Amino acid sequence: MPDFEDEEKWLAEGIAGIQQNAFYMHRALDSNNLREALKYSALMLSELRTSRLSPHKYYELYMRAFDELRKLEMFFKDESKHGCSVVDLYELVQHAGNILPRLYLLCTVGSVYIKSKEAPAKDVLKDLVEMCRGVQHPTRGLFLRSYLAQISRDKLPDIGSEYEGGEDTVMDAVEFVLQNFTEMNKLWVRIQQQGPVRDREKREKERKALRDLVGKNLHVLSQIEGVDLEMYKDTVLPRVLEQVVNCKDELAQYYLMDCIIQVFPDEYHLQTLEPLLAAFPQLQPTVDIKTVLSQLMDRLSNYAASSTDVFPEFLQVEAFAKLSGAIGKVIEAQVDMPIVGAITLYVSLLTFTLRVHPERLDYVDQVLGACVKKLSGKVKLEDSRATKQVVALLSAPLDKYKDAVTALTLSNYPRVMDHLDMETNIAMAMVIIQSILNNNTCISTADKVETLFELIKGLIKDLEGTSNDEIDEEDFKEEQNSVARLIHMLHNDDPEEMLKIINTVRMHILTGGPRRLPFTIPALVFSALKLVRQLQSQDGDVIGEEVPATPKKIFQLLNQTIEALSSVSSPELALRLYLQCAEAANDCDLEPVAYEFFTQAFILYEEEVSDSKAQFTAIHMIIGTLQRMNVFGVENRDTLTHKATGYSAKLLKKPDQCRAVYACSHLFWVDDQDGIKDGERVLLCLKRSLRIANAAQQMANATRGSSGPVTLFVEILNKYLYFFEKGNPQITTAAIQSLVELIKTEMQSDTTTLDPASDAFFTSTLRYIQFQKQKGGAIGEKYEPIKVMFTQKKQS
Amino acid sequence: MVLVLALGDLHIPHRAADLPPKFKSMLVPGKIQHIICTGNLCIKEVNDYMKSLCPDMHVTRGEYDEDPRYPETKTLTIGQFKVGICHGHQVIPWGDLDSLAMLQRQLDVDILVTGHTHQFKAYKHEGGVVINPGSATGAYSSLTYDVNPSFVLMDIDGLRVVVYVYELIDGEVKVDKIDFKKTATTHSMH
Repeated sequence: MPDFEDEEKWLAEGIAGIQQNAFYMHRALDSNNLREALKYSALMLSELRTSRLSPHKYYELYMRAFDELRKLEMFFKDESKHGCSVVDLYELVQHAGNILPRLYLLCTVGSVYIKSKEAPAKDVLKDLVEMCRGVQHPTRGLFLRSYLAQISRDKLPDIGSEYEGGEDTVMDAVEFVLQNFTEMNKLWVRIQQQGPVRDREKREKERKALRDLVGKNLHVLSQIEGVDLEMYKDTVLPRVLEQVVNCKDELAQYYLMDCIIQVFPDEYHLQTLEPLLAAFPQLQPTVDIKTVLSQLMDRLSNYAASSTDVFPEFLQVEAFAKLSGAIGKVIEAQVDMPIVGAITLYVSLLTFTLRVHPERLDYVDQVLGACVKKLSGKVKLEDSRATKQVVALLSAPLDKYKDAVTALTLSNYPRVMDHLDMETNIAMAMVIIQSILNNNTCISTADKVETLFELIKGLIKDLEGTSNDEIDEEDFKEEQNSVARLIHMLHNDDPEEMLKIINTVRMHILTGGPRRLPFTIPALVFSALKLVRQLQSQDGDVIGEEVPATPKKIFQLLNQTIEALSSVSSPELALRLYLQCAEAANDCDLEPVAYEFFTQAFILYEEEVSDSKAQFTAIHMIIGTLQRMNVFGVENRDTLTHKATGYSAKLLKKPDQCRAVYACSHLFWVDDQDGIKDGERVLLCLKRSLRIANAAQQMANATRGSSGPVTLFVEILNKYLYFFEKGNPQITTAAIQSLVELIKTEMQSDTTTLDPASDAFFTSTLRYIQFQKQKGGAIGEKYEPIKVMFTQKKQS
Repeated sequence: MVLVLALGDLHIPHRAADLPPKFKSMLVPGKIQHIICTGNLCIKEVNDYMKSLCPDMHVTRGEYDEDPRYPETKTLTIGQFKVGICHGHQVIPWGDLDSLAMLQRQLDVDILVTGHTHQFKAYKHEGGVVINPGSATGAYSSLTYDVNPSFVLMDIDGLRVVVYVYELIDGEVKVDKIDFKKTATTHSMH
C-alpha cells in the first residue's frame, strides 16, 4: 500500500509527464505536424497507464489529459491543417504502440469521424465500444470508458438526432450505452477486488466517489428520446436489472437501483412495477433495500398526487398489491434485515396507501396486519429506532384522517400497539388523545369508547411490568389530565347511548387505582351531571315502560363513583362532587337523593377534612349549596342547617368561626318568593358572630397586647345592613346604630392595631349608608333614623 | 390605554376539554397587558397557557384549584382604577349582587371581578363596576343552565373603562360592550 506522500509524488510526476508532452504536442499542433502530434499525444496518454494511483488521484490525472485531448480533437477536425482524411486518421491512430493511448486516440478521432458523417454513427460507436474491451484494468478501463461515454453523448443515433440513420438506429444507440454501462459497472465492481483485504473500506469509499461515472450511463439512457415506455420495458430495464442483479455487489446494487428510480420517469416505474420489484429480493442481503423502496413509493405517491388523471393507472397495475407483495418477499428474502428496516418499509407502504388510496381502510389495516405478523414472536420491541417507526406507523392514519374514530375501526391497530414497550405505548396513547382533542373528534358510541379505552389502557390502569418508581410526577399528571379531557369528547345526544358511554368509561377508570381516580372521576361525574340536566329538561317521562336512563339511576351511579374517590384520600374533592350532585338532585326534585348526598358530604367533613383552611372552604361550600336547596322539607332542612351552623361555630380560628356563622344567617333567609324567611334565627346567627368577633378581639388583646383589626365588626355591620334592607323585622335601626358606634369606639381605642384596609372598609360602608339615605323614597326613609357622622380617623 | 383580559371558571379538565378553538385563536400573546383570572383553572397546564398569553397574571383561588398558592382575594391598580378579584364561592348567597357589593366595599375597589356562577354579568353599581366574566369554556354549573363560553376584555384608559364581552353563541362569537367613566366624586370622602 503506497502511503499518502508516495502517491502525491507519483501524481506530481504523472502531471509533469502530461504537461511536458502536452507542450510538445501543442508545438506540433501549431505547426500542423500530424506525426509529431500523434507521437506526443500518445506519450502524454501513456501517463494514464500507471497502476500506482488510487482512483481518486487517477481522476485528477485523467482530467489533465482530458483537457489536452479536447485540443487534439479540434486539430483532428480541421482537415486543412493536417491534410489527412478522417477515415485515414482513424486508421493511422491505431498504430500507436500501447493499447491505452491507442484507444484514447481512437475515441478522439471516432468523435470527429461520427461528426463528419462519413460513416454511420452506429458503426463507429459499435467499433469503439468493442475495442475498449482491450483494457481490463478496473481503474484504467473505467476511465477510458468514461471518456468514450463523454465524447459520444451528443452523437448517439437517437430519434431526431442528426446522427439518426435508417430504421432502428435508436436501438443501436441504446445498445451502445447499455454495453458501455455493463462493462463500466463490471470494472467498477472489480475495483473492490484490487489490492489487499485490509484496505477494503478505503477502497469502498473511493469506489463510492466513482459511482457517478457509472450512473451517468443510466442518465444518458433516460435522455434518449427514442426510449419510450415499450423500449424501456422490453430492453432497457431488463438489461440494466440483469447487470444490477448479476454483479452481486452491495454498493453497486444499492446505488444503481436508486439511480434507476431517480432517473426514469414515474409513469415508467408504475408500468414496470413487476420486473422492477422482482429484482429487489434478488439483491444481496446487505443492500439497504428499505431506503430505495421507500424512495420508489415516495415518488409514486407524489406522482399519484400530481394529477387525478394518473389514478386509474395505479388501479390498473394494482400498485398496492404489487408493492405490498414485494415488501413481503424482500422481508422474507433478507432474513437478517433488522426489525427497524421491515417496519420502515411498512411505514413507506402505509404512507403510499394513505396518499394514493385514502378511502381503502382495508389496505391500511392490511399493512398494519403485515406489521403485526412481522412483530409477532417478539413480546415487546426493544430497539428504540424500531419503536420510533412503529409510532410513525400508528400516527400516520391519525394524521391523515384527523379522526381517531377511523383508527378505531382498524382491527390491527391495537395489535400493533401491544408490541410497544410500556413507555412508548403510553406515548402513543397520548398521541391518540391529542389527535382527538386537537381535531375536536366526538366519540359517539359506547362500542367505540370501549375500543378507545382498550387502545389507551396504558394510561388507564397499571399494566403488568409498570413500576411506580419510574414514573415522572409531572408527566403522570399531564397524562391523567389528558384522559380527563378526553372524557368530555365522548358524547352522544341520545340519553340511552350516553348512559352506556358513561358506564363504559366508569368501568374502565375505576380500574385506575388511587393515583388516577382523583384525575378521572371528576370529569366522569360532570359528564354524568350534564346528562342528568339533559334528562331533567325532557319532560313527560314515559310511564310503564322501562326507561334505562333516568336521573335516579344516574345518581345511584354517581354515588358509587364518588364513594370510590372518597376512599382514596381525596375527601375534599369528593365533598365538592357530592355537593354538586346534591344540587342536581335538588333540581330534579329528588329529596331523598339530595339528602343522601348531603349526608355523605357531612360525613366526609367530619371524618376526613382536618386541615383548618380546608375546613373553612368546605364549610363555605356546604353553606353555599345548602342555601340554594329548596327540595328539603322542614325536618331535613333543620337537620342540615343545624349541622352546618354547628360546624361553623367549631372552626379552629375565631375569625373563620365568625365569618362562617354569619354566612349561616343566609340559611334562614332566602331572598325569593317561596324562600324561608326566619328573621329571628338570622338575628341569632348575627349576634352569635358578633360574640365571636368580640372574643376574637379579646383574645388578640390578651395574647398580643393589642386587639385585632375591626374588620370582622364591619363585615357583620354589612350583614346587618343586608338583612335590614331585605326587610327582616328583627334588624332594627337601633341595632345598626349601636354597631356603628361600637366600631367607631373600637377604632378610636388605643389598643387597636392600625389597619388601613379596615378603615377603608368602614368608610365605604358609612358612605354606602349615606348614599342610601340620600336616595330618598322608601329606602331613604328606612335609613333615615341611622345617624352617620364621619369622624376623624385615629392619628398616631 | 391598557388591555386587561378577565376570565375564569375554565374547569379544565373536570368539566371541559379545552377552551373553544375560536377563543384560542383570538387570544394571542403580546396584545394583553394584564390577565385577571377569578380562578378554577384548575391545573398547571392551563395556568401555563394563560401565562404564555401574558406573563402579568393575577389569579384568585377557585374551589377546584389545585394550586394552594392562589390567594382568596387580590387587589391591584390599573391606570386610575382599583381592581378587586375574588372567585366568589366565599360570597354567600352565591352570585348575590348585594353581597358582592359588600365585598366591593370591603376591598374598596372601583372594579370588582368575580366568577363562580358561570354567568356573564357587567353592571355599574354604587359608582363602581361589578363584572363576572362567566366561564371561558362554558363549563357546567349547578347555578346556571345553558352556559355559553365567555370572557371579558377591559380597555382601561385614564378614568374610562370599556368592557367588551365575548360570548360564543351557537358557534359564533358575539361581542358586547359597556362603557364606564369614573366620576371624580366617587372617592371624594377619602
